[in-house]
Amino acid sequence: MKSKVNRELPDDLMKKLDYKPFETTEIGNPDVQRVAPKVHVSTGDDKIVSSIKQVVADTVKDGMTISFHHHFRNGDFVFNQVMRVIIDAGIKNLTLAPSSLTGVMNDMVIEAIKAGTITNITSSGMRGSLGDFVSHGGLKNPVIFRSHGNRARAIEHGDIKIDVAFLGVPNADRLGNANGMEGNAVFGSLGYALMDAQYADKVVLLTDNIVDYPNTPASIKQTQVDYVVKVDKVGDPDKIGSGATRFTKDPKELKIASMVNDVITHSPYFKDGFSFQTGSGGAALAVTRYLRQAMIDNQIKASFALGGITKPTTDLLNEGLVKKVMDVQDFDKGAADSMHTSGNQQEIDASWYADPDNKGAMVDQLDVVILSALEIDTKFNVNVMTGSDGVIRGAIGGHQDAATGKLTIISAPLVRGRIATVVPDVTTVVTPGDSVDVLVTEFGIAINPKRTDLISALGNIPGLPVYKIEDLQKMAEKRVGKPKPLEFTDRTVALIEYRDGSIIDTVKEVKD
Amino acid sequence: MAENEERLRRTMMFVPGNNPAMVKDAGIYGADSIMFDLEDSVSLPEKDAARLLVYEALQTQDYGDAELVVRVNGQDTPFYDNDVKAMVKAGIDVIRLPKAESPEMVEKLEADIAAAEKEFGREAGSTHLMAAIESAKGVLRAADIAAASDRMIGIALSAEDYTTDMKTHRYPDGRELEFARNMVLHAARAAGVAAFDTVFTNMDDTEGFYRETEYIHQLGFDGKSLVNPRQIPMVNKVYEPTEAEIKNAKNVINAIQEAKLKGSGVISMNGQMVDRPVVLRAQRVMKLATASHLVDEEGNYLEK
Repeated sequence: MKSKVNRELPDDLMKKLDYKPFETTEIGNPDVQRVAPKVHVSTGDDKIVSSIKQVVADTVKDGMTISFHHHFRNGDFVFNQVMRVIIDAGIKNLTLAPSSLTGVMNDMVIEAIKAGTITNITSSGMRGSLGDFVSHGGLKNPVIFRSHGNRARAIEHGDIKIDVAFLGVPNADRLGNANGMEGNAVFGSLGYALMDAQYADKVVLLTDNIVDYPNTPASIKQTQVDYVVKVDKVGDPDKIGSGATRFTKDPKELKIASMVNDVITHSPYFKDGFSFQTGSGGAALAVTRYLRQAMIDNQIKASFALGGITKPTTDLLNEGLVKKVMDVQDFDKGAADSMHTSGNQQEIDASWYADPDNKGAMVDQLDVVILSALEIDTKFNVNVMTGSDGVIRGAIGGHQDAATGKLTIISAPLVRGRIATVVPDVTTVVTPGDSVDVLVTEFGIAINPKRTDLISALGNIPGLPVYKIEDLQKMAEKRVGKPKPLEFTDRTVALIEYRDGSIIDTVKEVKD
Repeated sequence: MAENEERLRRTMMFVPGNNPAMVKDAGIYGADSIMFDLEDSVSLPEKDAARLLVYEALQTQDYGDAELVVRVNGQDTPFYDNDVKAMVKAGIDVIRLPKAESPEMVEKLEADIAAAEKEFGREAGSTHLMAAIESAKGVLRAADIAAASDRMIGIALSAEDYTTDMKTHRYPDGRELEFARNMVLHAARAAGVAAFDTVFTNMDDTEGFYRETEYIHQLGFDGKSLVNPRQIPMVNKVYEPTEAEIKNAKNVINAIQEAKLKGSGVISMNGQMVDRPVVLRAQRVMKLATASHLVDEEGNYLEK
């Protein structure tokens, strides 16, 4: 069978896992049933546990689903400590269901797979040695990749049934009231972890900082928490964020950013009260800087900025150019600190942020979003998962979710080194072209032909050439040539869900 | 003097010839001229590789409307001959001679280019040249150098070597360059070729860059040599004509067309005769306005 973006899906797996192929980006207005977690009743005076070993012994059994959050990113000390104990306890057949996997977790996950401890994985993404391991067939069952919004949906639906959530926090009181803002290893918003806290049967907090009861503001609440474990250190503050956010000096990134800004400011959405999401990364930060100037020049204020937040965005908040920051995660310490000090920076969970099966998610209200791409094809389909070698090296993140914004801009160089970004067909479809509106490259832009309104609004911007995306693809090919087609085996190593839980594409094992 | 009066040369961007990424991306920044460097930015062991890289890039990459220039190694180096031959073969627009100190050096380059054009079957005279003035000797002979060849498109001041030769260094106010700048500019104008000002290397001093660019714009330079693409929009901004200049220029152009329609040799505007210098200036303003995206296809000013 095929998904609507013309990708062949393996019938046996689709049937076995009871999946439907991706049909449409429209969510509609279905009635959905959510699940609720099992509650082990407590009066709260028995939650402090002295060791990870003990809590693992009390909670984790063969065949369970366990989860973690990735707010510590590459400064995470929690995942490896917990997994070490679980592997050593000889527990088998676990499903690992973190919000995402960061590089610092890779070796431990591979060890756990080899030991038979982990036999299934669902994640936003994976990179480095783990992506390589999975792409070479290291895990028997296919990994299921879900966007942040889709993970929230899957948890609410019971598609992901978390038995035990291990959640690292920089502070907690003895009953489990916790936030991400105070302590040594602060990361700001607990957005992704809030889902686990709300829906897991057992919630284990790990912290290096037990504070007086009651701890406020409480993002994770005592009503949700079963155990509080004191550990030496939950994370390395220097590796959590990018530190002081620096603006790129790369002239190509600046050029693309200024063109993205032109697209935004000439679009019908750039008016008082508009909303935007820019993400992290050099070009995205530069866009924020250009956008700031354009907002000042045109006396325009944004109603909200959404998503993963960086200091340049919270600076806009402090300047009054953005009225609210709706914050699901913070990419740097500046943004994390700002959550603490600004009453207008609202912590939101992944469901509020981006869950399609909702009574209204933030992304539904989003006007302008800037997203990246490893590849984009002539149908505007975007790949943020597999590299030019076909190996897993990315994450869906909020890509599919935010792409439902009214003006979705993909900002990407035409070619990277000798690799084309604009291609005839992406290796892996993650975000369908139907939700992508404009591609901005250093040579010019391409507008999705379905957006006839944008063609007239953006068609005549001085100094901003508009191409057909087919022409950009040819320009890329002229520069770097035509690569030999990638070779894969028939074996499926990963399934890519669309945000509604259907399957949009698969990743196959690479042939060496 | 080569036939090139029509070209805008506000920005000449230096691109190290041994850097594939920069050579590949050189076309995206909207520089009027791109200067691939085989000389000072390329170390001795990389000379051949850089020449090959630039040669291949010129065959395969699309640099749009930019004028393509190569700075070859000096005539006193063993690389000069191969540089000139390879670049002529590649069909480069302009070869830039470094450290020009006499018209004889230009004449030698011209002869070498002509021989290479013949050898590789390129149209005779299709390869232009320019000279960089980098010493006291060069400055004092700038007029002869600028007028030394019909293929000449312009001369450029190169201040780093020049200030060393003058036993000084560069200062923020640029007074040490006053004489050289005026000599180079006058030599260029007298020979009817373009004048390029020197590079400004402190990327963190935006204010200083604007100050210097406004100054050389006021003097009358065609443009500036640049080391970083981020400087291109800044130079273009300085060279951008004002709304009043554009509207006036448009009136002049309209008057010319009117005179043509009437078959009249005399151009008049508001009852006044329009002199040739006014016509030339109007044409240049319209060209700048078009390049700065300030006018539509018919030359009407676009309100911001």
